[in-house]
Amino acid sequence: MRPLEDRIAKQVKGLPRSGIRDFFELVQGRDDVISLGVGEPDFSAPWHIREAAIFSLEKGNTSYTSNLGLLSLRESISGYVEGLFKVHYNPESEILVTVGVSEALDLVCRALLNPGDEVIYHEPCYVSYSPSVAMAYGVPVAVRTRVEDEFVLKAEDIAEKITDKTRLLLLNFPTNPTGAVEPLDELEKIAKLAIEHDLIVVSDEIYCELLYGGESGMEPGEHVSIASLPGMRERTVLLHGFSKAFAMTGFRLGYACAPPVLTEAMMKIHQYSMLCAPIISQTAAIEALENGAGEVEKMRRAYARRRNLMLKRFKEMGVPCFSPGGAFYMFPDIRKFGLSSKDFAVRLLEEENVAVVPGSAFGEAGEGSVRACYATSYEKLETALDRIADFVSRLQ
Amino acid sequence: MDALLEMLQKDARLSTSQLAERSGKSEAEIVQMLADAVEAGTILGFHAVVDPDKVERHSVSALIEVKLTPERDGGFDRLAQRIAKFDQVTSCFLMSGGYDLTVIVEGSDLRDVARFVSEKLSTIEGVLSTATHFQLKVYKQSGFLASDHTPDERLSVSP
Repeated sequence: MRPLEDRIAKQVKGLPRSGIRDFFELVQGRDDVISLGVGEPDFSAPWHIREAAIFSLEKGNTSYTSNLGLLSLRESISGYVEGLFKVHYNPESEILVTVGVSEALDLVCRALLNPGDEVIYHEPCYVSYSPSVAMAYGVPVAVRTRVEDEFVLKAEDIAEKITDKTRLLLLNFPTNPTGAVEPLDELEKIAKLAIEHDLIVVSDEIYCELLYGGESGMEPGEHVSIASLPGMRERTVLLHGFSKAFAMTGFRLGYACAPPVLTEAMMKIHQYSMLCAPIISQTAAIEALENGAGEVEKMRRAYARRRNLMLKRFKEMGVPCFSPGGAFYMFPDIRKFGLSSKDFAVRLLEEENVAVVPGSAFGEAGEGSVRACYATSYEKLETALDRIADFVSRLQ
Repeated sequence: MDALLEMLQKDARLSTSQLAERSGKSEAEIVQMLADAVEAGTILGFHAVVDPDKVERHSVSALIEVKLTPERDGGFDRLAQRIAKFDQVTSCFLMSGGYDLTVIVEGSDLRDVARFVSEKLSTIEGVLSTATHFQLKVYKQSGFLASDHTPDERLSVSP
């Protein structure tokens, strides 16, 4: 028999091991670790949402749903998206409910890429972008964003990477892992570029409710989706979901909004691979959209307070850290300590029992920083920051 | 102000410096805001929320529905204020619906509460009737669940 290793498909074999996984194994089994390494809220989903899921089970809602998702959910999504993004999508033909944004991203790549097509995305970024492209036989092309620019994506840097094979432009604002928000003028330049080169834009806006505006960072900021810019709706696939703002990560529910032809193409793959998203999650999501705004704002304010604490303490420690406009991550610059991001994270874990994720896990452009997530209680954050302060004072 | 009250309602032990840090205001501003809130009666007090079931010397608590005769001047206010002043009364609300006042009363035992109702409350001129309901078990008090220990089961590192 041929060795099993030889049976693995080429494009899967070629996928790098996730740096997050490596680090996860280091953290596992240690006691008393305060983890700032998570990528999800510390809150449970609000009770009224969980209760709606229980009620749905009690009623006996355990069937499949339409491939696109429950129409009532798509109608709610349509209203919510119009309010938030200022773009209208027809619930009958332009919204597809998926198993998290992760599935939606996979669908969009498989639906729109032919082998060898290039996809431009910005690094540092969420770990699955490049693999999702590669698994769809596409070629991921990274554009660097830099700490000096506060991780703003420059249209001119994108322009340099565009070739006649470029098909998609993949954006994520606010960004995981940096928390960066794209300024409107730059977003407009990117939109112009997309139109000029006839690119489809895939915009993952999963963190868009978690913005920190005003001088104090306590005000809700205003989100602008690239889909709402002139000429962009027809060439944008907007990805959003329930995981972050509604603290519903385990429900695994997201959605894609796009013109009918694109939605139909994604739905074709979805119907054969997934059939539909779980009905319990869909029912819970309707409750989230109808009655969840108050809880989302409460959680946002809690994150805002923690973000202010992180900013203040990193500043006191002399660790350069730009002020992120969204999400729940800080991405402090640790280059001055002369350690790689991995060595920094490993030593911080071993010496102080605080877990952060090395920036290199989010692509080469993440090297020189670490990701510290503040979706952890204020009190735990205070302790973690005390420990980090001790650690960096020894490094200086 | 709302954000300040929200934080204090969750944890009144937060120091003025902690409140300042969390709200992005200066400590002096926080001190002033607190003083104003107490002065205006927005903040009535600061107390620990105790689960009576966990306390060794178990006190007894009862909810009493009270019907009153409203007065020509001031409606229910004078009588309600008079009832609220008793030490045994921990809360007192004017209600819509089938009766007028909800009075929460605490006593050392059943008889203690019964004595208060029969000797003090129901003998007040203007009190038409009372209905006493004794509290059996606490599930949630002042916004806090009596047993709420959900372990954090998130992965320690995730993308």
